[in-house]
Amino acid sequence: MIPELGHFALILALCVSLVQGILPVFGAQYGRREWIVLARPAAQAGFLLMLASFAALAWSFYVNDFSVQYVAAHSNAQLPTLFRFGAVWGGHEGSLLLWVFMLSGWTVAVAQYSRTLDDAMVARVIGVLGLVTTGLLLFILFTSNPFDRLLPAAENGRDLNPLLQDPGLIFHPPMLYMGYVGFAVAFAFAISALLSGRLDAAWARWSRPWTTAAWIFLTLGIALGSWWAYYELGWGGWWFWDPVENASFMPWLLGTALLHSLAVTEKRGSFKSWTVLLAIGAFSLSLLGTFLVRSGVLTSVHAFATDPRRGIFILVLLLLVVGSSLALFAWRAPKVALGGTFALVSRESLMLMGNVLLVVACASVLLGTLYPLLIDALKLGKISVGPPYFNAVFVPVMAPVLFLLAAVPLAKWKNADARDIALRMWIPAGLAIIAAIFVPRVMGNWTVMTAVGVALSVWIASSGVIQVARRLKAGVPPASFWGMHLGHFGIAVFVFGVTMVGGFQEEQDVRMEPGDTVLVGGYQFKMLGVKDVPGPNYSAARGEFEVSKGGGAPNMLYPEKRNYFSSTMPMTEAAIDAGFTRDVYVSLGEPLEGKAWAVRVYFKPFVDWIWGGCLLMALGGLFAVTDRRYRMALKSREAVVGSLKGAMP
Amino acid sequence: MKAKALIPLILFAVLVGFLAVGLRLDPHEVPSPLVNKPAPAFKVAQLEQAEQQFSPEDLKGKVWLLNVWASWCVACRQEHPVLMDFARAQIAPLIGLDYKDQRKDALGVLKRAGNPYDVTAFDADGRVGIDYGVYGVPESYVIDKAGVIRYKHIGPITTEALQKTIIPLINELKKS
Repeated sequence: MIPELGHFALILALCVSLVQGILPVFGAQYGRREWIVLARPAAQAGFLLMLASFAALAWSFYVNDFSVQYVAAHSNAQLPTLFRFGAVWGGHEGSLLLWVFMLSGWTVAVAQYSRTLDDAMVARVIGVLGLVTTGLLLFILFTSNPFDRLLPAAENGRDLNPLLQDPGLIFHPPMLYMGYVGFAVAFAFAISALLSGRLDAAWARWSRPWTTAAWIFLTLGIALGSWWAYYELGWGGWWFWDPVENASFMPWLLGTALLHSLAVTEKRGSFKSWTVLLAIGAFSLSLLGTFLVRSGVLTSVHAFATDPRRGIFILVLLLLVVGSSLALFAWRAPKVALGGTFALVSRESLMLMGNVLLVVACASVLLGTLYPLLIDALKLGKISVGPPYFNAVFVPVMAPVLFLLAAVPLAKWKNADARDIALRMWIPAGLAIIAAIFVPRVMGNWTVMTAVGVALSVWIASSGVIQVARRLKAGVPPASFWGMHLGHFGIAVFVFGVTMVGGFQEEQDVRMEPGDTVLVGGYQFKMLGVKDVPGPNYSAARGEFEVSKGGGAPNMLYPEKRNYFSSTMPMTEAAIDAGFTRDVYVSLGEPLEGKAWAVRVYFKPFVDWIWGGCLLMALGGLFAVTDRRYRMALKSREAVVGSLKGAMP
Repeated sequence: MKAKALIPLILFAVLVGFLAVGLRLDPHEVPSPLVNKPAPAFKVAQLEQAEQQFSPEDLKGKVWLLNVWASWCVACRQEHPVLMDFARAQIAPLIGLDYKDQRKDALGVLKRAGNPYDVTAFDADGRVGIDYGVYGVPESYVIDKAGVIRYKHIGPITTEALQKTIIPLINELKKS
């Protein structure tokens, strides 16, 4: 009964989204007030229906209703409750439902937090979101219904993919989707601006906090995924340039470009067409990512079950959404007035350079990701593109971005003095050179790559610190100032972590018997033994290792090799002793003869700085969102909440 | 100005065209013209003992499995435990072809994850791979006693493919 209610709520949500997508947009275009005012209630109703639908699916998982096909395929009576909840989005159907649920959440947030915007604009934004929702709901209902029944019901479920039975993976998809879907809001603002012909600073100001919010979620989502790969796959790597990883990284790159381009549009009125195009691009890449992941056109370690019907459906959706937006762009963009002019050296020109480089980086990732498909479609053969391509192409494009970003905040709008900037950057430049000479030597050996990495990191961090110190003399800076510098500082931390891990990690692959010791990165690892330990839905071999440095107190590490009852593939649970300046990492490989095991031992200097940097970037975004310029909107939210309370019976 | 604004739309149309064609292709399936043809001869250095060489001639009269892999190939990691099982069962010689790789990296992987291969041939510049029509890594070939390629598996070998297709085929070929 509950699953049918969920299904029914989904159908009702489709009807509501149709109304929401059509009437307010036409109302705004032809000035019909009674259609315009439909937007907000439709957004609220759509959200409540999606909430009901999502809750129905979660409930089916909670009570182990194996008469629902999706539940039977992705859960199991022995699965712990937390993972049963995570299993709701552990498969294709459920993750799409989560996608649309979040889209309705963003829509209702736009409806609530935009009381200061004029009604026609809000109606258009909500209407565009309604159209996107309609497309995805049709996709779910026709090709991927999570509520399909399985009759007769299964005795027990097939269980969630063991790789996904991990706390990191419970939060990774929702974060990522919040980011993907959040770009729909920036997209809707851009389309509304094109529709109304009002591409101005006000439009940029409205869409900035939404774009930043989406970007924060995407940053955290990608970081979580990378962290999960690091400790769960047992290979010690943190990024593999896999098509599915790239699918999330491309919208991030364009989203980052969009954030900065919006800032220029808001402050100076320039780059309007460019900003609109980036907003369309960021969301299009989110959709394209969904297509690549869900259609199976590319091979990936993220093996999803694929169905050709779904691929065609998403492709048509992609064609309608992106094609119509780009057509609208081609029609309207030529009429957009040019913004303020700027000199060859100015903050605008530097930001444009950074922006173009980010887009080029994104295009190179896109090319590498789609290249196997292009070659295949042209009947030239089948190839796979690996990390060597991405590292060779991506790093040189990003290095100038990193170089620029330290200096851009110093440049004046409109017309900056290159000599003035250079004079103010000599301290960071000196520090960067000193660090580039000495840090790699202290860590072990000096190479060009590590020197460049360290130099860029110190260059960004020190110039940020100096700029903040200087600004503090003039009084308390606004939140957006802190946001920018925190975000840039996060980049510096990230680059430092990547450089250190890339240049100075140590690894040993050894055959170990109980009592054996191995020395890696100055740490002594002693294997005490391997025991069999039962788990709720798996049995595990758990290794016991004693780790000590220079005769200090030993630390225990327990890596596991798990055999899930539902899967033939053994899972690795690495044991990590995380630290501020290094991780030590032990994972069990294969059992060898007798009591011996193949053991991987890693020493990873500053690896946690990679994710720490991402956290700082996200925190920077959070500061930027709370800037006073947007607080007007927050105040009006309180008024809304108050009025809602008043309206309750 | 107007024409310039059309560029994104045109680029997108081209992309959609490719994606539409891509949908009808299976990235895992490549018809190989080499099936039922003699396995191309080659002679290259071995991975572990660089001074020794490997040639398919060495295995004439045996049924064997040739697995193309590389240290940079993520999908190979997925396949690795399956190959370890295959090696443990000692059904047939398993020969690796390390494709377009660095010797140090490849040896690192084998040391770290275990070495399922009886011998690994080191194909640094990918020339052997070209003769065998290697499109993507990993790929595997079942080669019979007469040195004829009887089957080509594209992409990582799954337990299912191993049990249902490859091992039965090897056993059958062994009898003949």
